[in-house]
Amino acid sequence: MSAQRDAWQAWAALVCFVAALAMPLTVAGGGQLYLLGGGTRSILVALIILLAVVAAIRPAGRAVADLLLAVAAVATVAWALISLPKVEARPELGYWALVASAWLLCWRLVANLSVVDGRGMRARLLRIAVPVVFGLTVLFLWEVLVRGFAVSPVLLPPPSAVWARLTGSVPLLFDDFRQTFLKAVLAGYAIGCGAGFIVALLIDRVPFLKRGLLPIGNLVSALPMVGIAPIMVMWFGFDWPSKAAVVVVMTFFPMLVNTVVGLDAAERTERDLMQTYAADHRQTLIKLRLPAALPFIFNGLKINTTLALIGAIVAEFFGTPIVGMGFRISTAVGRLSIDMVWAEIAVAALAGSAFYGVMALVERACTFWHPSFRTRVN
Amino acid sequence: MSAAAATVADGAAATGVVGRILASRFVAVTVVAVAIIAVWYVGALLLNTPGEREADARAHLQPGFSEFVQRAWNQSRPVLPSPHQVGVELYKSVILLPPTSKRSLVYHAWVTLSSTVVGFAIGTLLGILLAAAIVHARTLDRSLMPWIVSSQTVPILAIAPMIIVVLAAINITGLLPKAIISTYLSFFPVTVGMVKGLRSPDPMHVDIMHTYNASRWQVFWKLRLPSALPFLFVSMKVAVAASLVGAIVGELPTGAVAGLGARLLTGSYYGQTVQMWAALVVASLLAGALVGSVGIVQRIVLARMGIARR
Repeated sequence: MSAQRDAWQAWAALVCFVAALAMPLTVAGGGQLYLLGGGTRSILVALIILLAVVAAIRPAGRAVADLLLAVAAVATVAWALISLPKVEARPELGYWALVASAWLLCWRLVANLSVVDGRGMRARLLRIAVPVVFGLTVLFLWEVLVRGFAVSPVLLPPPSAVWARLTGSVPLLFDDFRQTFLKAVLAGYAIGCGAGFIVALLIDRVPFLKRGLLPIGNLVSALPMVGIAPIMVMWFGFDWPSKAAVVVVMTFFPMLVNTVVGLDAAERTERDLMQTYAADHRQTLIKLRLPAALPFIFNGLKINTTLALIGAIVAEFFGTPIVGMGFRISTAVGRLSIDMVWAEIAVAALAGSAFYGVMALVERACTFWHPSFRTRVN
Repeated sequence: MSAAAATVADGAAATGVVGRILASRFVAVTVVAVAIIAVWYVGALLLNTPGEREADARAHLQPGFSEFVQRAWNQSRPVLPSPHQVGVELYKSVILLPPTSKRSLVYHAWVTLSSTVVGFAIGTLLGILLAAAIVHARTLDRSLMPWIVSSQTVPILAIAPMIIVVLAAINITGLLPKAIISTYLSFFPVTVGMVKGLRSPDPMHVDIMHTYNASRWQVFWKLRLPSALPFLFVSMKVAVAASLVGAIVGELPTGAVAGLGARLLTGSYYGQTVQMWAALVVASLLAGALVGSVGIVQRIVLARMGIARR
């Protein structure tokens, strides 16, 4: 529907592209830039223009048009990136026109791809492809703008520098990952969630405690619990147990509250049915109420994955042996090697998403019967 | 007959009152809170015992049990300060000192609160705008929304020290960098909640707006926004708590100048546990007040709109 109207991006990309051909790319090396004089390059240029025009005129949703658009976008982006080192000193208007046309083509591509609807393999692949293309476009613009405008690496390093730092210091990053994630986060997460779960089962038997603890648990969940980090560092020393302790405190209450609420999720009639079967408390718990509580329990487990990482990283700001993600971030910031900070953040983001993803997968395996998953099959 | 009925009624009322007292949430919460304070005292005694024993041995003292307990609860640098020590410290640093003093917790709380509120306001506004854009533009929905959802799983707070230092490198210091951290912590939950809220109107209602020939703008103002408000308030409560955490963590790397985070950091440097606990209590009160005031606004707004609070 909106596809036709959005076609202006492709036209604008075409205009920008022609402008890029007509204007010099850099102050110094202007000669090679009036591109139509070059050999293979001119063929490439002509190809891109042609593809862009075709993709702009064809209606959206056609696989061929999308493919052409993708080829055009990739070619322009590649060209902009390849000529980046040459123009790094002083990019001129022509180069920015090229970047603009690459950006517009990517935008058009994302817009085209997001129109596709329906189910099936292709739609599902596209649903993943659209955010990926979008993310790559952002990375491209980040790289080109930072290097084109010669932004100080102290302020914002280009993604290529972060990537170089990431691949260049894998052992160091892995040591930090092991210290923070494999030791502090996992231990604290297991203890905190386990304790929350068990306490929830216990207070479930005493309605009075439930009434009293639930509001307090809700309140505590909103408190800035990371503040206890310095206290835990004092109590348990500099190494990972103090970080695990912070994680335990941070994850305990969300787990408690979610489990207590979840245990009430089974319906009245279902509980009555269990009673007519003369089921005792334990049987009702295991066969009815715990399964019914699983969506809530997994909600708590998923919230806690992020909280656990935050707790461990922030606790390391307060003192740690010379390893760990939070330690690395704070010392790298102090030394103004911001690319190291970004590399560490990338690792943390990856670890956080993977942790969450694992929990989501386990949830899917355990609560396949729940309506929120069931609807998708039909 | 009537007298007998009255006594029976009295009896019923009496058990009713006891039952109601036991059943009331207020009493239950109070009892649990008192129990927590009692556990705190016991914990303070247990944790401070080794240190107190050592100190007594050095001073060649042989205190009796009650005196020992007294001393363990009133150490100057306890492992775990007892509640009344924290209370006294709070009284001293909140009431006795003028709010302008650098040692007054009111001053530090104000520093933290101001950047929290500024960041929260900007973050909420940005979140609403972004959600409106996402709901109306399919491209954004498909391309940006997955990133926003997955960003919830990322420990984004880890960027805080970098933002502070990087902005300080280009001479932006003070309130703004902390407010930026609060902004990006608060804007993700608001965006996610508002997208859900703006999509919440019944398709029938959207259809009826169509039959009225309402423009997109009118549908947004008269249907989508009002029905999104309950969602907005729920996510604002999450966001304001996150903003406060952001502001506190943002105060850590500034070299501990001012604010509750700085107070925690100096406390941990100099082993001033009582000061740390007092700062922690103030931070918790602040969080409670912020979430509570969002709740009050929620109740007023929803009541005036005629949406009963569920």
